[in-house]
Amino acid sequence: MYTISNRLKIASFILMAVGLLGIGWGFVSAPSTVEEAKAMASSHDSGHGDAHQEETTHVIAEERGSYKEVIEPGHGAEHDEHVLHQLQNKPWAALYVAAFFFFMIALGVLAFYAVQRAAQAGWSPLLFRVMEGITAYLVPGGIVVFVILVLSVMHMNHLFVWMDPEVVEHDALIQGKSGYLNGWFFLLRAVIFLGGWILYREYSRKLSIKQDEASDNANFKLNFRISAAFLVFYLISESMMSWDWIMSVDPHWFSTLFGWYIFASMFVSGITVIAMVTIYLKSKGHLEQVNDSHIHDLAKFMFGISIFWTYLWFSQFMLIWYSNIPEEVTYYVTRIADYRLPFFGMVAMNFVFPLLLLMNSDYKRINWFVIMAGIVILAGHYLDIFNAIMPATVGDQWFIGIPEIGAILFFAGLFIFWVFRALGTQPLQPKRNPFIEESKHFHY
Amino acid sequence: MASTKIHAYYDDDDVLMHAVKEVKAAKHHIEEVYCPFPVHGLDKAMGLAPTRIAITSFLYGCVGLAVAITMMNYIMIQDWPQDIGGKPSFSYLENMPAFVPIMFELTVFFAAHLMVITFYLRSRLWPFKKAENPDVKTTDDQFVMEIEVHDDEKELTDLLLNTGAVELNVIKSSH
Repeated sequence: MYTISNRLKIASFILMAVGLLGIGWGFVSAPSTVEEAKAMASSHDSGHGDAHQEETTHVIAEERGSYKEVIEPGHGAEHDEHVLHQLQNKPWAALYVAAFFFFMIALGVLAFYAVQRAAQAGWSPLLFRVMEGITAYLVPGGIVVFVILVLSVMHMNHLFVWMDPEVVEHDALIQGKSGYLNGWFFLLRAVIFLGGWILYREYSRKLSIKQDEASDNANFKLNFRISAAFLVFYLISESMMSWDWIMSVDPHWFSTLFGWYIFASMFVSGITVIAMVTIYLKSKGHLEQVNDSHIHDLAKFMFGISIFWTYLWFSQFMLIWYSNIPEEVTYYVTRIADYRLPFFGMVAMNFVFPLLLLMNSDYKRINWFVIMAGIVILAGHYLDIFNAIMPATVGDQWFIGIPEIGAILFFAGLFIFWVFRALGTQPLQPKRNPFIEESKHFHY
Repeated sequence: MASTKIHAYYDDDDVLMHAVKEVKAAKHHIEEVYCPFPVHGLDKAMGLAPTRIAITSFLYGCVGLAVAITMMNYIMIQDWPQDIGGKPSFSYLENMPAFVPIMFELTVFFAAHLMVITFYLRSRLWPFKKAENPDVKTTDDQFVMEIEVHDDEKELTDLLLNTGAVELNVIKSSH
């Protein structure tokens, strides 16, 4: 039986405390007047030329349609107000990106777990308790994301420009989408998605624990059936969630493979965290039956899904780049003009690194190597969400500073605390899973 | 020199794997194992040297990538430049995203096909080649382990029968 060690507990509390300070600093230091915003923007952008800034803001304004009318050179005041809004959005966006990123890890693990259940996989039952521990974070993580969405609908922030009635009034395109993009329906969908995911997680976990004490395989079979049904629900709800929570920050822009793209990101992040938690627990002397072949298989998934992510990233980019339709291509114009480093850095971290580090079969069995590759993959997929949210919410005022790192630390602390606490509530090895013997002898 | 070989027949891959480990532990030399399908981990149990086919695959992939780049550069940039979708073909680098699918496909194509051909050649397999396996049963449901005998025939046959062999053939041949 595993119990969360005091050192890990204290470390997670310190992470949360430091993170809270960072988040609080972000909110306190956000400008409240145009003058403050101007001063901050000019000190922050000392490296950029003014002309460059004018031009890129113009692009963003266009992308948002009539959120701002086209900025003419003389309209300095409107531009300044725009910068004010971006800087006010910054701490919210930092919070939202980190909250969603850690929630998405748990959701990716849930999908992986359901796939293992539905496939009746023989190699993975030893890792089921690890996966169940990580998916425990769905509840607090989901609540935090939901609260941020509720606050957005209540106009506490301007992450979602389509929630602003003044913007919608002047925007024919958003008006046309208002049947789908309206506050109440948006929150109703969020409740259905989160409710469905958490319901499956709790029910499947209950059956998994009951199976340990059962005398037949009824729980196991029921778990198989609900997992297969859940995957259908998951693929639809995950896709819609990605439109709602991420794609709709750019309400004019759309991509049909966006759901898959976000899915690939959460799947690879989730599998990476399964591997990291497993290696950590093994290093503490738990999970004695898990051998290098299990780690090897997880690393193969990390490698494969990283390439799958790149395939979708490139497919989305190339079609839009080639067709060059103005309302579509602004998405990439903004990212390449203002986010060059995180945008291409993310491809290096999510594709080139895993490709080179994890290509060799033997390296996939070296535990510290998998941890190192995993850290790069996780950072890369944080950047992926960052690049998806930031351009539409803070424009060229982005920076990975105290509010962003604070939010990462806070949710990392919460994630570690919640996951390892959940891991300590049940034995780490399922007893009566019908495939447990196969899993113990799993050998590549 | 006259040599004696034993062909031990097995009808299950798990039994075969255990048998291979036991025979190896008893310090006998296993010449070959004939299987109707690939058995995972058999190469390691037999103590075969690790395959180098992955290295050839990587090199073939590099060749495929180079062929794709050269080919697309000649066709699309040098020989017949066109203006597709407002993106005139003046430089390879600027039009590179459009060529990525071809670069990817040819990398995979070269790596896969040349690796298979290399594997066939290395395994001495070519069309109309006479089969080497000692018994047609090894193409159906039986595994055959071939072991060389050095005047310890009795001990070896006992060992093999203990490991679950369903049939033993002793083959004496003189070269």
